[in-house]
Amino acid sequence: MTHTPPFRLPAGGRRIDRAWQVPFRFDGRHLRGLTGDTIASALLANGQMLMGRSFKYHRPRGPMASGSEEPNALLGLGQGGRFEPNQRATTTPLTHGMITRSQNCWPSLEADIGAINNWLSPVFPAGFYYKTFIHPRPFWKHVFEPIIRRSAGLGRAPTDPDPDRYEQAYAFADTVVVGGGIAGLTAAREAADAGGTVLVLEQDGHWGGRTPTDHDGGQAAIDAALADLRGRKGVTLRRNTMATGLYDHGYLIARESLADHDPNQGIPRQRLWRIRAGRVIAATGALERPLSFACNDVPGVMLASAVRDFIADFGVAPGRRIVVVTNNDDAYRTALTAHAAGLEVPAIIDARPLADGALPQAARDAGITVLTGTAIAKVKGAKHVEGVVLCSHQGDGRPTQTIDCDVVAMSGGWSPVVHLYSHCGGKLIWDEGQSMFRPDPDRPPLGADGQGNVTVAGAANGDLRCAGDLEHPEAPTMPVWVMPARAPYTLRAKMWLDFQNDVKVTDVELAAQEGYASVEHTKRYTTLGMATDQGKLSNINGLAVLSNALNQPIQATGTTTFRPPYTPLTLATIAAEAKDDAFQPLRKTPIHAWHETHGASWEPVGHWRRPYAYPRAGEDRHTAVHREILAVRAGVGTLDASTLGKIIVKGPDAGRFLDMLYTNMMSTLPVGKCRYGLMCNENGFLMDDGVVARLSDDTWLCHTTTGGADRIHGHMEDWLQCEWWDWKVYTANLTEQFAQIAVAGPKARDVLERLSGTIDLSAEALPFMQWAEGELAGIPARVFRISFSGELSYEIAVPANRGLELWEALHLAGADLGITPYGTEAMHVMRAEKGFIMIGDETDGTIIPQDLGLDWAISKKKADYIGKRAQRRSHMTDGTRWKLVGLESLSDKVIPDGAYAVAEGVNGNGQRKTQGRVTSSYHSPTLGKPIAMGLVRHGPSRMGQVLDFPMPDGTVMQARIVDPVFYDKEGSRQNG
Amino acid sequence: MAEALATITRVAGLGMITLRADLDRAGDALAEAAGLAIPDTTGATTDGSRTLAWMSPDELLLILPQAELAQALDDLTQALMGEHGLVADVSDARAVFDVIGAGAADVVAKLAPVDAAAMPQGHLRRTRMAQTAAAIWRVDGGFRVIGFRSTADYLALILTNAAIPGSGLAPR
Amino acid sequence: MLILTCPYCGVNAEETELHPGGEAHLARIGPNGTDDEFEAYLFARKNAKGVHFERWRHAYGCGKWFLAARCTATLQVFGTYRAQTPHPPADIVEAIRKARPDWTPDWTPAEGTAE
Ligand SMILES: [Zn+2]
Repeated sequence: MTHTPPFRLPAGGRRIDRAWQVPFRFDGRHLRGLTGDTIASALLANGQMLMGRSFKYHRPRGPMASGSEEPNALLGLGQGGRFEPNQRATTTPLTHGMITRSQNCWPSLEADIGAINNWLSPVFPAGFYYKTFIHPRPFWKHVFEPIIRRSAGLGRAPTDPDPDRYEQAYAFADTVVVGGGIAGLTAAREAADAGGTVLVLEQDGHWGGRTPTDHDGGQAAIDAALADLRGRKGVTLRRNTMATGLYDHGYLIARESLADHDPNQGIPRQRLWRIRAGRVIAATGALERPLSFACNDVPGVMLASAVRDFIADFGVAPGRRIVVVTNNDDAYRTALTAHAAGLEVPAIIDARPLADGALPQAARDAGITVLTGTAIAKVKGAKHVEGVVLCSHQGDGRPTQTIDCDVVAMSGGWSPVVHLYSHCGGKLIWDEGQSMFRPDPDRPPLGADGQGNVTVAGAANGDLRCAGDLEHPEAPTMPVWVMPARAPYTLRAKMWLDFQNDVKVTDVELAAQEGYASVEHTKRYTTLGMATDQGKLSNINGLAVLSNALNQPIQATGTTTFRPPYTPLTLATIAAEAKDDAFQPLRKTPIHAWHETHGASWEPVGHWRRPYAYPRAGEDRHTAVHREILAVRAGVGTLDASTLGKIIVKGPDAGRFLDMLYTNMMSTLPVGKCRYGLMCNENGFLMDDGVVARLSDDTWLCHTTTGGADRIHGHMEDWLQCEWWDWKVYTANLTEQFAQIAVAGPKARDVLERLSGTIDLSAEALPFMQWAEGELAGIPARVFRISFSGELSYEIAVPANRGLELWEALHLAGADLGITPYGTEAMHVMRAEKGFIMIGDETDGTIIPQDLGLDWAISKKKADYIGKRAQRRSHMTDGTRWKLVGLESLSDKVIPDGAYAVAEGVNGNGQRKTQGRVTSSYHSPTLGKPIAMGLVRHGPSRMGQVLDFPMPDGTVMQARIVDPVFYDKEGSRQNG
Repeated sequence: MAEALATITRVAGLGMITLRADLDRAGDALAEAAGLAIPDTTGATTDGSRTLAWMSPDELLLILPQAELAQALDDLTQALMGEHGLVADVSDARAVFDVIGAGAADVVAKLAPVDAAAMPQGHLRRTRMAQTAAAIWRVDGGFRVIGFRSTADYLALILTNAAIPGSGLAPR
Repeated sequence: MLILTCPYCGVNAEETELHPGGEAHLARIGPNGTDDEFEAYLFARKNAKGVHFERWRHAYGCGKWFLAARCTATLQVFGTYRAQTPHPPADIVEAIRKARPDWTPDWTPAEGTAE
């Protein structure tokens, strides 16, 4: 036994399948709809007209529209991670077991406490918030803001992670037609005839737009057009795909719904299309406008087109007694549709003095009363329409008659959907004859070639008759911006322009009166057309009211800016595949897996993951770092240095080029030797450092920092391609070709000599700052005697595929010597003990090498290098620049990194003056005390002086200025 | 359950050599040493086991069986003797994947800003796949993708995700 | 989304494949430049509304830097060309003049054609 809900009509409904019932829940109630229903049609079928509360006054609201322009029926859908707020009931297909709930109400939709705002509405006019919450100032933070925050926002954000998958895809088409109505399909056929590929996007699951509903024979015409297009090569028809925005150079973004309503099938829920369109044809149709009469927001007042959609498409009666109110012929279709469905139509209220076209005639023939020159003075009812009070349209609202009804179907005319045309700069003209803004064909958006790249077809172009001669001719629309024409303030104060944001005719008038002449300012001041509306329903009526108040033509007022997206896009769809493990590329060295199995605690360095330390059972990171440092200082350790940049620079002009790139001389570096180099930008600021090895007469290998590899390679190519393009130099970034392992500590040589090999590693054959190549542990290797730890140290580069093999061979060979893997933090501490700078710690993009006492690495002989001229600028040679020193804490506590040393006096803002800051700070296990480096005004000439570092808790830490080299000043260890 | 749009397979055992030179001057010698004709701009020439790809106006990439790598490095270095040029073994710096199957073009189209379906044979497109650099060309039954070694896991993951069953790009 | 054709490889690349490099045709000021010249080289940029020349690197493609002539107001692209030239070449100048008859080069075009 099937149960028929009270408002489901016995027949009709071209989209529904009466054989399949769909159970769902609304605010906890168990209801049933049919396959093919939207949530809105299913709720209406169950007699549920009340679907939400307005944002500001919490007024009860029912659906106004049947499509994406719906301002009121926004629901929360789903549960947990799949909960989504603000979903349009009118466009969301009903699915089995769907859980839906109303928003912006508490404790319930029927009895909402926030509705008290409605009673207070006279004290909440436009700009209320701006005017009221300014004074007294302290109240803002402690009283107003917390209250406003709690009530801000429509719907609530989901709290759990979104479990669904999303994706994106790229498409290319010569012509993209947006809109699968009769105009779009016709335009697609013409485009296909002209040649090239054609992609047609339809936001809905059904083709045809309004044509099948509004016109006899409409469905047949659509079916014929589809059949024709489907038979053509190069034509793609894509449903459920909303073109949300058009961007520069014909880049169109669209969202395809794949599994919105069946998330468990395992395919992506939505797909973001990034489409490169040769040209775009916007066949986006038109939206019906509301009429502004008093209490036009009471549930049951709906767009006339929506009323007939619910009847014709879903077999749902929004009510039993439907009054139609209009300024045009099209709305008569609603009266005829309702009448044919067996519903009562007590009257059609037409503001026009005359209505004698074919459609009005058909209505009269059907026995429907047509009242011309008539208006609605006000709607009766609070949570539901109970009737309408009529008056003369040309009058001031004096009642002439009352008609009982439960639905008012209104039509204020139609507005082309011009969003897509406008997104990228297309301009509009006001069409006085049709009372609408439509695209100006002389000022289209421009493509890369400077030519217009968007054309408009059908209703979107103002051609409301584009379905052709399927139907009767229609008489013109009469502009009606306020109903009745001379409505007094008391009525205008109840005429809603923006139903979602509670903006009324009097709010816009007040804005104009207060001097808001620009439509953009009025929008922000009143909130007209904000949030999800974006000018769909409220726009034209609001502009017309503003123009009237400003006493200027509508064209002079213009429109607000149409910005994408046309309908909201979820952030997950924009992120697409970039979530969870694919959020961003994670770069792994060839030894990554070993680190993982040996308990590495990771440090992100750019996209790389490097072991920060290898804590053992019972150790925290801090303890592990100390153990690793002591192991290296006393014995031997290994560091995975594979992430260091390795760039080959080769050619007859390579030496000359490197002399320009580095501050010191690289052309004179002998083959077989290594030299530490600094690289600056043209501003003179230090940008990278590293060891350069000369491999052969015309080939150098430049090591960069981990983060610098790609950047420095790009920097080299930039200068070679754009400045010194006649120099014969080739570069190759070989960073990933090699694994590189630092073996450091007094026993480093012992370990290496235990490996079989062809390289003489003795101090005599391979002294500090030289390199050699050959075989090590059976692997082709290049060994560099360089040290960032201050210990005897070798960095060994081998082909990446054999990096792990070498690493394991080292650990096997050094096991009895206590060989210890160490991470980046041990490396950082050890280099700080040695007073070595670190790019990104001692430098921040405003530091020149001279600040860091690195004058020894700046060639005095070279006529030029990148940054040389800048380092002569007056500010760079200013003796008061902060310079690098060591800092010795007077207590046993580590001074926080970044702490400032204060000076006497205060600056213009009343803040303490500063004279330096800490750039690196650690506890040194080697020395058993805190060490730090910092930049201090006149620092190097102030050895022994004590600086004050105020802490956030009010205490002051003190440190003495000392030499930045804390450990092995003579370098006997690294030279050993 | 439907099948994946394509199978994603990591390809091992390939040698790769980056060549930089003035191709107008050194092209003939390089072609002879590589055993393949110098490809046109954005093109690739192949004899089955070896592919010579155009990477930039002064750069080529020779892809060949690992076993032939050492000899090829010697031959190419020899070919550039006396000429300003650079020969570098980059075999270990790369990760190679084959994307094979009826929906291979869909997989590529989900990740790279290229018209995958229209990509001709013998064309190598350097671009990005999601957030990592890639070079893509057609092979029998699908595409071959070269990315960086360090992001191999990422590349494998996004390719596999893009190929999940039932997610083809054909209109539904 | 800017879409530019790389003049080296002919690929019509979207912005995400490119890396921007700011104003083109800056003449480097070396160690002998005056303070004023050097300041202008480092910091003074035309920031034109209209015809503009700028640097782009085909970063995800062939890796080459190229130059683009475009209108900053309409994003019309007049052409792209190789970076190894101190001034836009004659065909680019011609394309700009065709689209923007009022525009005049701020260099002596004869230099631009001399390689
Ligand atoms: Zn290119």
